[in-house]
Amino acid sequence: MELKRMLVLAAMAILGGWLVSFFGRSRRWSVPLFVVGAALFGMGIALAPAAWVDYLVTPAIAAVIYAILSVGLNVQWGMTGLFNIGIAAFFAIGAFTSAMITKEMPTGLAAEYIKQLFGWGLPFPAGIAGAIVVSGVLALLIGLLTLRLREDYLAIATIGIAESLRLVFQNERWLANGPQPLPGIPKPLFCLVEDPPCAWLPGFLKEWLAPLDSRDYDAILLVLLTAALVVIFFLVQRVAHSPWGRVLRAIREDEAAAAMCGKNVFSFKVQAFVLGACVMGVAGALFTASVSTIDFGLFHPMSYTFLVWVMLMAGGSGNHKGAVFGAFAIWTIWMGTTFLSDQLVPFQFKTQVFYVRYMLVGLLLIAILLFRPQGILPEEKGEQSK
Amino acid sequence: MLELIVYGIIYGSIIALGAIGVTLIYGILRFANFAHGDLMTVGAYLALFFVQVLFPMLGVPQERFGGTSFGWPLILALPLAAGGTALVAIALDQFFYRPLRQRRASPVILAMASLGAAFIVRNLIYIIWGPDKINYFPGLVRPAWQLPFDVRLRPDELIIFVVALVLVVSLYLFLQKTKLGKAMRATADNPDLARITGINTERVRIWTWGIGAGLAAIAGILYGVNALLYPEMGWGFLLPLFAAAILGTVGNPYGALAGGLIIGIVQRISTLWLNPAYQPAVAFLVLIVVLLVRPQGLFGGRS
Amino acid sequence: MALLAAHGIVSGYGEMEILHGVSITVESGQLVTIIGPNGAGKSTLLKTIFGLLPPKAGRVIFDGTDITGWSPERIVRRGICFVPQTENVFPSLTVEENLEMGAFILTEDLRARKERVYELFPLLRARRAQRVGKMSGGERQMVAIGRALMLDPKVLLLDEPSAGLAPKMVELVFEKIKEINKMGVAVVMVEQNAKEALKFSDHGYVLAAGENRFDDSGPALLQNEEIGRLYLGG
Repeated sequence: MELKRMLVLAAMAILGGWLVSFFGRSRRWSVPLFVVGAALFGMGIALAPAAWVDYLVTPAIAAVIYAILSVGLNVQWGMTGLFNIGIAAFFAIGAFTSAMITKEMPTGLAAEYIKQLFGWGLPFPAGIAGAIVVSGVLALLIGLLTLRLREDYLAIATIGIAESLRLVFQNERWLANGPQPLPGIPKPLFCLVEDPPCAWLPGFLKEWLAPLDSRDYDAILLVLLTAALVVIFFLVQRVAHSPWGRVLRAIREDEAAAAMCGKNVFSFKVQAFVLGACVMGVAGALFTASVSTIDFGLFHPMSYTFLVWVMLMAGGSGNHKGAVFGAFAIWTIWMGTTFLSDQLVPFQFKTQVFYVRYMLVGLLLIAILLFRPQGILPEEKGEQSK
Repeated sequence: MLELIVYGIIYGSIIALGAIGVTLIYGILRFANFAHGDLMTVGAYLALFFVQVLFPMLGVPQERFGGTSFGWPLILALPLAAGGTALVAIALDQFFYRPLRQRRASPVILAMASLGAAFIVRNLIYIIWGPDKINYFPGLVRPAWQLPFDVRLRPDELIIFVVALVLVVSLYLFLQKTKLGKAMRATADNPDLARITGINTERVRIWTWGIGAGLAAIAGILYGVNALLYPEMGWGFLLPLFAAAILGTVGNPYGALAGGLIIGIVQRISTLWLNPAYQPAVAFLVLIVVLLVRPQGLFGGRS
Repeated sequence: MALLAAHGIVSGYGEMEILHGVSITVESGQLVTIIGPNGAGKSTLLKTIFGLLPPKAGRVIFDGTDITGWSPERIVRRGICFVPQTENVFPSLTVEENLEMGAFILTEDLRARKERVYELFPLLRARRAQRVGKMSGGERQMVAIGRALMLDPKVLLLDEPSAGLAPKMVELVFEKIKEINKMGVAVVMVEQNAKEALKFSDHGYVLAAGENRFDDSGPALLQNEEIGRLYLGG
C-alpha cells in the first residue's frame, strides 16, 4: 500500500474509531466500539480506489478543523453558557497571526503587491503560540467589556467585534494585504514531502518518506491535525473535569447560587471565554496549514460562525464529544449534499442550490432547537449537576 | 459638516424605524430578534417584487412624482410589503419562537433560533433574487435640491424623513390612545400581570410582531430607495439597530427614535475622519460606550 | 352549594410540593381569610385556584363549574379576579389606564365601571392621569384592587393586601375591603396581619406546612386561645 494511503488510513482509523466510541455509554463499551470503528474505517480506506482516497483528504482536514472550533465553542457555551456569535473573528485572527508569524516579509517585486504588518519567518509552533496569544488577548478585551452584561448583549458585542475586525482587515492594506489575499504561507513539516526530506530526520525515516511528493502533503497534514485534535480534546477534557471546570458548570447551571458560594463569577467567565477563544485561534493557525493563501473573505460568518453553532447544537451541546461528533456529522452531510448536488443538479441551478443548502442548515438548527435541543450525544450523567 | 448632519438625520430615521421594532419586540416579548435586519431585507425585496413585477402586470401607472422615486408603485408597495413582512414575522413566531417558549427555552436559545430564522430568510432571498445589487428604478435620475449652507438634498431623502416621522407619530397615537396599544405597554411592564388581568397576550404578541416587522420593512424600502438592494443589506443594519435600541433604553420606542438619529448622525460625521466603510464599526463603538458608561440607556432609570 | 370550593389541592413549583391536600369553601358574598406561618402555602393556594399553577391533584369548583387547571384568562372571564402581592400594577401606565386594562376583555364603554371604582377610591379620581409607578405603596395597592374590580367579579382573591404598608394605610385598605365585601363581592384574602384581618372576616382558614389546620368563623378563631398563641402572636 502506498505511503500516502497508509497515512490517510492511520488518521481516518483513529478518527473513525474515536467517533464510533462516543456512542459507548461506559468504558466497557467505548473500547470495543473504538476497535470496531477503527477497523471499519481502516478497511474502507484500504480498499477504496486511490482517487476516492485523494478526494477524501481535503474534506477530512476541514472536518478536523471544524471539530477543533466546536470544542473551543463548547468551552464557552457548553461549559459556561456564553453566547459567542463572533467565532469567525477568533478563527480568523488566529489564522492571520500565525500566517504573518510564519511567513517572511515579501521582497523585491512581490513587496509591491503584498503588504503586511510583519513577517518573521518563524517555525510553525511559533505561529500557533502567536495565534493563542492574540486570540486570547482579543477575547480578554471583549470579555472584560461585556461579560458583566446579559447574555444577549454579549452576543451583540461578539457580532460587533467580528464585523469590526473584518472591516479593519479588509480596509487596512498595510495590515495583512486586505482586501487582497495574503499568499505564500509556509506549511508546517512541508519538508517531509520534499525531495530529499527534512535534514534533521534520521536516515531510515528519510528513505521511508522518499516516495512522497508535494501532492501528498495533505495526508501528512491530516495526520498532524488528527493528532492536534486529540491533544486539544484531552487537554480540554482534563480542564473540564478539574475543579475549575466544575465551577464553570455550577455557573452555567445556576449563576446566582455560584455567586453566593463566593465564586467570582465574572472572573471565571472571562477565563472560559479566553480559553475557548485560544482554542479557536489554534484552529485558525492550523487552518493556514491547509491553504497557503488566506483572505478575510474566507472567514464568512455563514461558513464559520453559524455552521459551527449548528455543529455543536446538533452533536450535543455541553459536551466535548458532542462537539467533535457534531462537526464530523454536519460536515459529512454538508459535503455529501455538495457532492450529490454537483452530480445531480443541472448547471444553471448551481448557485441556487448553494443557498438552498444554507437555508436547510438554518432549518436544521431550528429543528434541533425544537425537537432535540440536547443534541445527538447528550451530556453524560456525570457531567450534569443535579 | 451641516450636510453630514442632515444626511445623518435621514439615515438615522431609517435606523430608528428598525430600532423601534427591535425595542418593542425586546420590551414586550423579551426577545432579542437577530433576524430584524433580515426583516428589513424582506420588506425591501417584497417591494421590489411589487414595483418591478406585480404592478406593471396589473397596469398600475408607473410615473413618478416630481424628482422623486415615489409614484403609485412605490407608495402602494410600502403598506403591502409591510404587511407581507409582518406575515413572515408572525409565521416565524407561530412556528418557531412560540413553540420554543412553550418548551421553556432560555433567552439565548430564542436568540439562536432568530439567528437561524435570519439565515433561512436571507438565503431564500439569495435563491430568488441572486447576490447582485439591484436598484428599484434602474437608470432613474434623481436631481438634488441646492439648499442654503452648502447642503444638497434629494427630494427622496426628505420624503424618507417625513415618512419616518409620520410613522413615529402614528405609533405614538396607537400606543397612547388605543386599547391594544395600552395593552402592549402593559405587557412590556409586566407580562405576568398582563395575563392575570385578562389581557389577550396572544393578540399583543401578534400585533407586536406585526408592527415591529412592518416598521422594519418600511425602513428597508426607504433604504433601498436611497441606495441599492442586496441580500446582506439587513444584516449590516443589525449593529446600528441594536446600538440605537440599547442607547435609547430597551423597550422605549421613542428612545429608539432618538438613538437611531444619534447613531445616524455620529456615523455620518465619523466619515470626516474615518474611511466610510467603517461606519458599522462606529455604531459598534457607540454601543460599547453605552454599555460601559450607561447600560440602561439614555432614558432608563429603573432596572 | 358554595360559590367557590377547592378540594384536596396538591400543588407546588416544579418538583417541590407545597400543598399536600388543602380544601376551602367560600359562600357567595363571604369574606374569607387564610392565615398561617410563612411557607404554609397560602399564596400557592390562591395561585392554584386562579390557574397560575397547575394542581397535581384536587379540584376547584366555581359556581357549579369545574375550573381546575383553567388558564387565568378563562377564569377571569368567569368572574374571579386576582390581586398578586407584589408587582400588581403597571407602573408606566396611568391610574386610568391601569383600570382600563382590568377590563380588557370587555368591549363596552367603561365609564360607568371606572366611576364605581373612583367612588370607592376617591383618591384615585384625583390622580387618574398620574403614572402609577410614581405613587406610594398604599396608593398603588388601591389601584391594584381597583383594577381587579373593573370586571365586577363574584370573587376577589387578594394576596397579602396589607403587605409593606404603613399602619394607617393598612387600616384604610382593610376598610375598603370591607366596603367591597358589603357590595356583594366574595373575598378570599391571604393575610399576614392575621389578627386584624380575622376581626372582620366571616370565616378563617389556618394553613400550616401545606395542610388545613383549623377553620372556623372569624370571631371564633380570634377567641381560640391555642390559635392565638400559635398563629396570632399571643
